[in-house]
Amino acid sequence: MTGVAIVGAAETTELGRIPHMSQLQLHADGALNALADAGLKPADIDGVATAGEMPTGVAHYLGIAPTWVDGTSVGGCSFMIHVRHAVAALLAGHCHTVLITHGESGRSGVGRGARSFARASLAGQFEAPFGPTGAPTTFTLPVLRYMKDYGLTHEQLASVAVVQRQWAGMNPRASFREPITVEDVLDSPMIAYPFHLLECCLVTDGGGALILATSDRAGDFPQPAVHVLGTGESVETPLISQMQDLTSSKAFCIAGPRAMAEAGISHSDVDHMMVYDAFAHLPIYGLEDLGFCKRGEAGAFIADGNTAPGGALPLNTNGGGLSYMHSGMYGMYALQESVRQMRGTASAQVADAEISLCLGVGGMFGASGCIVLGKDSTTR
Amino acid sequence: MATDRPLPEPTPETQHFWDGCREHELRLQKCDECAEVYFPPRPFCPKCACRSVSIFVASGNATLASYVINERPGGAWMAPYAIALVELAEGPRMMTNIVDCAQTPEALVLDMPLEVSFAVQNEEITLPLFRPASATPGEPS
Repeated sequence: MTGVAIVGAAETTELGRIPHMSQLQLHADGALNALADAGLKPADIDGVATAGEMPTGVAHYLGIAPTWVDGTSVGGCSFMIHVRHAVAALLAGHCHTVLITHGESGRSGVGRGARSFARASLAGQFEAPFGPTGAPTTFTLPVLRYMKDYGLTHEQLASVAVVQRQWAGMNPRASFREPITVEDVLDSPMIAYPFHLLECCLVTDGGGALILATSDRAGDFPQPAVHVLGTGESVETPLISQMQDLTSSKAFCIAGPRAMAEAGISHSDVDHMMVYDAFAHLPIYGLEDLGFCKRGEAGAFIADGNTAPGGALPLNTNGGGLSYMHSGMYGMYALQESVRQMRGTASAQVADAEISLCLGVGGMFGASGCIVLGKDSTTR
Repeated sequence: MATDRPLPEPTPETQHFWDGCREHELRLQKCDECAEVYFPPRPFCPKCACRSVSIFVASGNATLASYVINERPGGAWMAPYAIALVELAEGPRMMTNIVDCAQTPEALVLDMPLEVSFAVQNEEITLPLFRPASATPGEPS
């Protein structure tokens, strides 16, 4: 245990297509919902962490004068890393109540800054000239190597999307809920071979926020506290071409075991798991890099139903980035689902779930943050 | 393939690489201390931090490590094209395109031998592309 708990958590009131809200307002909408969830007002917050927007902008917009800020912005796992940094800040006494916000007008692009890269950057010099056009043609690049080295089949890769749609069907807030088959996935338009449309994440608008405090205050809030048992983080490279191993994320391999060791848990202790799934291969890499499956076995593990409803290791139970929502920096939604599962309030609630592991990725295998959450402050 | 790629802007640390491409040489760096060959360029060894490194001309031989085929070409790109990762004979991996080869899963076979094929973009910039090692040189991309 770390001695810190999540005492407030909420997503934006709406998810999906929210053209009537700017990105900054999505941060605020999620924050106000989380504050209400914790029975707090902005004046009660003295620590602010965010990515996508500057913490300066979020603090000012909400009327917060913090004694601690964190603007770590390393992609979609930034929020896992904020949780980890908040634990340290709370224990050090730099602040007493931390607000972590996410908001992203990923689909509507309202109030979202222009995205560009410098042509003199390493990515601008050594990747951009060769035509990657964004995540679907970049994040997917290592997978053929994985398929050849480990025999992962196109059908197994497709099954990741099929299984997560089963979970999405149990979540009223999920964007896509109709059941799909492996054939449906393989028949969907090819985006970037070997990836079909249904193996790529959604592009939506939304946001969410978390509130953290030390565990000794856990009883002071209206919701049951969800305890932060362990945390890990790392970064590898901003260039997918320079991954040390195309079949494994070095950042996963550092962040995951670190979080599990801090929590004092083994694999069999994990009742529920989230692996950030911008694309269908992410859960495969995550399960193997964290040791839940042996090398080359995660594809079959998922295809065989082990992560599906009723399976041994419920994974991405909101439907994931493939079916629930994906604004661009999805990590906040993975954390929200882990919190709901630990509170016992998830739409697709895993019975008796007491420990949830939430693994995030940032950039294109560029970064990772991993958080282990518990219903109780100590592990079994 | 592409008619108007987003071209690189060399920095002091990478100028030798782009100068090399212009002269149809694939220039890599090697640590004088630990012999590590590395890419992208920087004036020190990423393995041992030694500042004494040497530039040398690589063989231009590589194998196809992985790729995707972008089925939704747009902007400068006229048709589906592969974005490839190649493993250089000297060790480092780099992103590139495969020319003189059909852009299909059938033609693009992992681990196939490749050789560098320099594609002039303008007076300053020539890009290092790769083609199947046995292929006859075609039109520059």
